[in-house]
Amino acid sequence: MPGPHDIGGQILGSIDRSEHVPTDTERTVDAMQMLMGASGRKTYRIDEMRRAIESLSPEDYANFAYYNKWARAMSVLVVEKGILTESEISDRISSIRAEGMDNVGAKAGS
Amino acid sequence: MTEEHDHSGNPPQPDEDRLAATEFEILERALRELLIEKGVFTADDIRIAVEAMDRKDPANGSKVVAHAWVDDAYRARLLDDSKAAIEELGIDVGPAPNLVVLENTATLQHVVVCTLCSCYPRTLLGMPPSWYKSREYRGRVVVEPRAVLREFGTELADDVEIKVVDSTADMRYLVLPARPDGTDGLSEAELADLVTRDSLIGVTQPNAPSGG
Repeated sequence: MPGPHDIGGQILGSIDRSEHVPTDTERTVDAMQMLMGASGRKTYRIDEMRRAIESLSPEDYANFAYYNKWARAMSVLVVEKGILTESEISDRISSIRAEGMDNVGAKAGS
Repeated sequence: MTEEHDHSGNPPQPDEDRLAATEFEILERALRELLIEKGVFTADDIRIAVEAMDRKDPANGSKVVAHAWVDDAYRARLLDDSKAAIEELGIDVGPAPNLVVLENTATLQHVVVCTLCSCYPRTLLGMPPSWYKSREYRGRVVVEPRAVLREFGTELADDVEIKVVDSTADMRYLVLPARPDGTDGLSEAELADLVTRDSLIGVTQPNAPSGG
């Protein structure tokens, strides 16, 4: 059965051609991926990154924004590779929530 | 609902888009902090990588095309061994093992897509535009390229063949558009200014020379 990413050939709606300048958070996720991936530490291969993205549920694959899918995939891969544990990630997410949202959102380059 | 008028004791609820964005920002911050603490990379590494990303834009691709337009021998080398010819100009082609330049003519138009994800020659074109990564473009361009190109304002005559090429992590493509008419007197730099990002993906043609 094809995964949710296998959409070539589907007749979907019109293409939204508006330009989107990547946000600081999006650029930071991209940078982290580069640092982890083929041009960096080679923690995991690009194929592993794709498999993690393609393993998202069809709903999440359709609804998550592009870099949100990357961040989800990275969080799966760093656990698989034994770099972080699931509880380390969920504990940190809880403490960031508890602290409030004021400091959320990367300031790229700062 | 403003904060003053909310007596429920709950913080004001962000709208759904904002909520999803915030979840993403929290996950990003959690991963960034933890990976820095584990010594996987430093905050400086991230800053340097972001700055390197910001420096990449379609100008590299335009430079390659303009050079191929003015130098027939270079064009032949570019079509024969694209990676080596691009490196000749001092441009880093990046980690993808292979990159192929495809030449458009009066009767052949190449269009690039990555149906499965978002593979893109970033070192030559910068970050991919959102539409390139969209489900609509990825799904449709392989079955109805003429209709898709029309949405980009590109009308091709019926006798123009369209070849859609599907990129992979190991194989990226760059389109060499046909040189526009009326550009005989232009310098290489002026020619490069006519080459747009979208024309290097194949969904549009280069700009026409102005005031010619």
